[in-house]
Amino acid sequence: MSALKWTYEVDGTDFTRAGEASSNVKKKLRALGVPSDVIRKVSIALYEGEINMVIHANGGVIDVEMSPDRIDMVLKDTGKGIPDIEKAMQAGYSTAADEVRSLGFGAGMGLPNMKKNTDEMRIESTVGVGTTVYMTVYIS
Amino acid sequence: MTPIEFAQKYNLTVVTPGDCSREIKGAYCGDLLSWVMGRAKEDDAFVTVMANINTIAVAVLADVACVILCEGAHFDEMSIARAQQQEVCILETDAPSFTVALWLGRELGL
Repeated sequence: MSALKWTYEVDGTDFTRAGEASSNVKKKLRALGVPSDVIRKVSIALYEGEINMVIHANGGVIDVEMSPDRIDMVLKDTGKGIPDIEKAMQAGYSTAADEVRSLGFGAGMGLPNMKKNTDEMRIESTVGVGTTVYMTVYIS
Repeated sequence: MTPIEFAQKYNLTVVTPGDCSREIKGAYCGDLLSWVMGRAKEDDAFVTVMANINTIAVAVLADVACVILCEGAHFDEMSIARAQQQEVCILETDAPSFTVALWLGRELGL
């Protein structure tokens, strides 16, 4: 089986639309018979990523590639970048606005949740240029 | 117990029935959505006061059995439409989260 690829544009202006890409990927993986624990991990990691792109980066692009043994996700934005990735990875650390907090996000759990739900995760970020997050979940 | 049976027994309002075949197998209370998404388990009843469209997205992605909205909170029409589309069961009650958790605990034998 060759790899399947999907690309999604994340609209950075509409917080209520965040989740469309992850819901769509979830539906596709379910139709393909991917185990439910893998689907759950991929969906949660992607949704957190989408939320981050809306909150911090005015949107971006998500590429998902499914191979027989793994699902690779690349989330790329051209936002303001992360000055201190180590700090951003700490549970509870957040730079989100109050408006975001009032909607139930911004608790500083986004990146930790993404790490927890993926087998591999790497962040490349340059302040003023943007951030790219690479995530992989293995299908065992 | 299904969410609908739970609603009937404890007098909650069924806003959307969702997938009626699902059973409540556990429960998670929380209003911080990332926290909930990271910790709620599949088939949990998700007990919250956070009523916005992202609550529905979290319910779908965490694959919970139902959302129980407490303290008289209500979802807007867009959230309800999304829940219907995604087959998410929503129940509402004036009772606080703690009371709903007690009811769930009783039914789950906790």
